[in-house]
Amino acid sequence: MEALAEFVNLYFLPGVAVGCIYALGAVGISLIFAILRFAHFAHGDVMTLGAYLAYSLVASLGWSVYLALPVAVLGGALASVAIDRVVYQPFRRSPGIIVVIASFGVMLVLRSLIQLFWGVDVLNYETGIRKPIPLIGDFRLAQKHIIIILVSLAIAAALHWFLSRSRMGKAMRAMSDDADLARISGIDTEKVVRWTWLIGGGLAAAAGVFAGINSKLHPSVGWDLLLPLFAAAILGGIGKPYGAIVGGLAIGIAQEVATYPWISDLPLVPPAYKNAVAFFVMVCMLIWRPTGIFKGRVL
Amino acid sequence: MDMQFFGLLMYAISLATMFGIYGVLCLGLNLQWGFAGLFNAGIAGFFAVGAYTTAILTSPESPNYLGGFGWPPLLALPIAMLLSGLIAWPVGRICLGLKGDYLAMATIGISEIIRLILKNEDWLANGTMGISTVPRPFESLGQPRGNIAFLAFVLLVMIILYVAAERAWMSPWGRAMRAIRDNELAAAAIGKDVVRFRLEAFVIGSMVMGLGGALSAMYFKFIGSSATEPLLTTFLVWVMLIIGGSGNNRGAMLGAGLVWLIWSGTELLTNRLPAEWITRSSYLRALLIGVLLIIVLQRFANGVLPEKPPRRIDS
Repeated sequence: MEALAEFVNLYFLPGVAVGCIYALGAVGISLIFAILRFAHFAHGDVMTLGAYLAYSLVASLGWSVYLALPVAVLGGALASVAIDRVVYQPFRRSPGIIVVIASFGVMLVLRSLIQLFWGVDVLNYETGIRKPIPLIGDFRLAQKHIIIILVSLAIAAALHWFLSRSRMGKAMRAMSDDADLARISGIDTEKVVRWTWLIGGGLAAAAGVFAGINSKLHPSVGWDLLLPLFAAAILGGIGKPYGAIVGGLAIGIAQEVATYPWISDLPLVPPAYKNAVAFFVMVCMLIWRPTGIFKGRVL
Repeated sequence: MDMQFFGLLMYAISLATMFGIYGVLCLGLNLQWGFAGLFNAGIAGFFAVGAYTTAILTSPESPNYLGGFGWPPLLALPIAMLLSGLIAWPVGRICLGLKGDYLAMATIGISEIIRLILKNEDWLANGTMGISTVPRPFESLGQPRGNIAFLAFVLLVMIILYVAAERAWMSPWGRAMRAIRDNELAAAAIGKDVVRFRLEAFVIGSMVMGLGGALSAMYFKFIGSSATEPLLTTFLVWVMLIIGGSGNNRGAMLGAGLVWLIWSGTELLTNRLPAEWITRSSYLRALLIGVLLIIVLQRFANGVLPEKPPRRIDS
């Protein structure tokens, strides 16, 4: 029992929390990939931007980071729409690879702006250590993990409502399934594109704030998560927002659980190689099953 | 010698040497992207293989990492290339079936795994501390003669690569490569072995990237995980090739020169900024490069020197 509790407390639940962060980021990557047909390499830096926007509110106004979260989400969403207007819109008819390289440029711009405004020091939303909250018996849950998991669930529920009930959500799913068919059936594709950035950017900002809460805040916090996000989006199937959520959770849990001492007393995968688990899953999926577990598209 | 003149001379030499090293990397990427249309976003990985190989082979013996075997530097270059090629071969075999963005994601994933291994396996390359005793060829000639000799060597390597790449561009091999890049089905239909040609471009290009890494390790006399950051390797090289003009070997070198001139030339300007901004000047430069890349892509998607089809033989 004690061993199980240790496994759940130290490996599984942190994995779920990391998985929630991945899921939030991967939904945007998956939707943008399906609707705009390119891998958005600047997504990690949109996450970083959201995290630092929240930090500014925490540091200057003394807000709680959870109060700052909605503002950061709004900031990330609006910034993404603005970036699309200025940078990506002229490339709508260009080959996808040109846009990917443009997103390298956006990545450089966003990261250097963040470094210029907020510096490169490692920051924290709050100082001090909080005691984990006991659940049943030996099972404990860190407060930050509870909040990350609950808020992510709420966001996922809202996303589900939006995608399945609202007209725009349906149009978005239609366009991510088949953009040409969506266009000839009279869907305003530019409007769908705007909403895609709003949702993708907002979720990315939330993921960035959570990443900052979960560990620390530094200018490459988002970049470090970018490849796991791609891994999650591909695992779930490109263009499948629900797939991206499952993929994010799977990768997050796999990364943490892989460091458990399964065979000997030593971690199965050394903690320094946690990220390699995500890269490995991504490369394997790309090679053997690029459609992902939910039969997404291959563009 | 006048101190100020000496300083300027050393600055010019370092500028030109870095131009040569990035020129080599750009020519390597052009072999993959310009010739064969392979979206390799894992330059950092092959760069690292070449750089670390050189460092381990040439540095003096140390208990902190594998080797140092104390080889003469120039002997290490072919081994660095060979090892990069040996790693690129299976990577290419597995990944080259992927198109466009998917290949980019797979190669960046593999390159990050390579970098993670080099960073974390302390016995191999001293972990995050890196190896800081890499000898530079011609060092014994002293300053500035040794630096000039090394610069000449780097430029010679770049020019040899350029001539070889130009020959390859005109050759049947280069034509087949472009045919595959532009229309894979048509090229396959006239009997070109698409898989083999792609693999050749990928392996040769990666070997050239390994060579670039090796030259860089020699020049800085240091290799560590900070020196293989994707920003300074993968992304900067992509920016250079796209701005210079992919599919044009001269464009590749021009891009390397232009972007490096902007990258380090702005250093002169940012040094005049107030003290608190100087520490942040490198971010200002990254910002400038990012903006420049976006503008070039929007206005001149083909770069400064766009690709030109080779002369027709019959006219």
